[in-house]
Amino acid sequence: MALNELNTAAPAVQAGDTLLSVDDLHVWFELKRWGFGHAGYVRAVDGVSFKLRYGESTAVVGESGCGKSSLMKTILGINIPTKGDIVFQGQHLSKMNRRELKWYRSQVGYVQQDPYGALAPFMNVERILEEPLIIHGVSSKTERMERIYKVMEEVKMTPADDFLHKFPHMLSGGQQQRIVIARAMILEPKLLVADEPVSMLDASVRVEILRLLRNLQEKHNLAVIYITHDLSTVRYFSERIFVMYAGKLVESSRIEPLVQQPRHPYTQALLEATSDPDANNALTFRELPPGEPPSLVNPPEGCRFHPRCSQIIKGLCEVEVPPNFEPAPEHLAACWLYK
Amino acid sequence: MAEKNLLTIKDLVLYFRTSKGAVKAVDKVNFELGFREAVVVLGESGCGKTSLAKALLRLLPRNVEAYSGSIVLDGLDTMALNDEEYRQQIRWVRMSLVPQAAMNSLNPVLRVGDQVAEPMMVHHGVKKEEALEQAKKMFQHVGVPADFLTRYAFELSGGMRQRVAIAMSLVTAPSLIVLDEPTSALDVLTQANIFNVLKRIKKELEISFILITHDIATSSELADRVAVMYAGQIIESSDAMGFFTEPLHPYSQMLMASVPRLRGDKEPIFITGQPPSLLNPPTGCRFADRCPQRFGKCDQEPPVFEKEGRLVKCWLYE
Repeated sequence: MALNELNTAAPAVQAGDTLLSVDDLHVWFELKRWGFGHAGYVRAVDGVSFKLRYGESTAVVGESGCGKSSLMKTILGINIPTKGDIVFQGQHLSKMNRRELKWYRSQVGYVQQDPYGALAPFMNVERILEEPLIIHGVSSKTERMERIYKVMEEVKMTPADDFLHKFPHMLSGGQQQRIVIARAMILEPKLLVADEPVSMLDASVRVEILRLLRNLQEKHNLAVIYITHDLSTVRYFSERIFVMYAGKLVESSRIEPLVQQPRHPYTQALLEATSDPDANNALTFRELPPGEPPSLVNPPEGCRFHPRCSQIIKGLCEVEVPPNFEPAPEHLAACWLYK
Repeated sequence: MAEKNLLTIKDLVLYFRTSKGAVKAVDKVNFELGFREAVVVLGESGCGKTSLAKALLRLLPRNVEAYSGSIVLDGLDTMALNDEEYRQQIRWVRMSLVPQAAMNSLNPVLRVGDQVAEPMMVHHGVKKEEALEQAKKMFQHVGVPADFLTRYAFELSGGMRQRVAIAMSLVTAPSLIVLDEPTSALDVLTQANIFNVLKRIKKELEISFILITHDIATSSELADRVAVMYAGQIIESSDAMGFFTEPLHPYSQMLMASVPRLRGDKEPIFITGQPPSLLNPPTGCRFADRCPQRFGKCDQEPPVFEKEGRLVKCWLYE
């Protein structure tokens, strides 16, 4: 019952309160030479701060290698931050002891990218869903089964009895992803971290899973961090969006203003590169920034996007790191164009 | 004799033998491809689109139950050739493949230049220097700096490796390239870049493409024509303009409506149910169980109807 005590000890929640805040987070991985010598750091996350309110759904968009997975793993408590901290309901993650960390993990659900890889092949659905309950001290079998049936209904896997004795390989990709979501939801978390939850699924089921996640979010007032590189799905799911490039947040805004009027040149490039189905696409070439994202071991001085940027301000962008400017209310862009 | 089409496929069948019976992965597929044309084969996973690529290039696994039909490439009936003739005359000479996850298909212990040059040496019997010279030219076409010739695959980023794989398929100057999901593992910017490269190659080298993909939005970047595959069959085949503005088959319509869009504010839909098993597909229309416009006739297999030059396998267009 220890876990429940911690739950009730948390203060009453008001709308708009901060659930999770990330303060100046740095996650660096040390590179070794010959197994023990120091050879620099990979600066996967380099000074990221943001706040997430109760029930808010946020998307983190960026390309592979921009540090979004490192950010996510740090929020899940898998990576230890090098500098900075994560505060969840007023408690610092770095100061939590084992028991508090266990409670924290019951409060944060995780939806993996590859559902088949995330489900143990030798466990049936019942066992997969039961395990988190056992670990978190739900000792009565009847209560566990009740909660399993309830969560199966929530993810629309009904009648549940048809599925509980199946193994993951007997389910389709969409069903597997539902089980992954059910497992993340079964401890009734306040925050859900979804790492590209639909990128492995077919087009026709993608929308179904996104809609399921949105329904769950609204019903349980869940905060969701949706990590993706696909801007077109973000619109149907999240309220706010963070764009990440080379370990830093470069732009953050509500969705619509960002899609209508992206401010940071990198965001503009991302939007330009995203296609909608249209036969006219075949007739034109797309304007894209040259080159590739920089190495995170030795990132460029100043703005990290400057070597690829077409709107570079000489003498400024390559020298000084741009702070966050606010070209429009609630719309932040780390770009010197808006000083 | 001058042929109208570069490639004509008739009644192509590829069944696999399994312990549960034959899997009908490609079931009487017909289509045509003109010169300098790109056709997109769209379909969800498990619909047989990769098997179609394998059948085209005769890269067959051991458990083939049936492999028949006719594939006429540039006036040459490839099905009449034996395996050795096929290898010498067709594969990589007239038709090459960029396999799925091509960027991981490069040999890690060979320099990428040598790998790109190899098909040239094997198929055209040229000297290594000459082949490398050709490889260098191909690197320019796909936008990889020439000094990358001496690098190894692990030294290249995902996008660069994908370009190298495309260069390798181009090196022997085939008239047709089959691309199997060329950008599915890549980032948005890299994806858009690869499509720019493909568009440029199509223009400069006058090559035809068969692009196999499940990604409808990016497929529109290259398509002249679209063929939609469902449960082993092609259910619609039309020009890109017609398809992307007004798909005919109910499945294509729903597939198009399920694409989340960046611009415009149409709410995407999803298709309930699952594709039928290819072990024992239904006798009537294979999409009938999921189709909102189903009616009496759908229990019988629909023939292919023509509507304004577009082909659709659906009773609605009788």
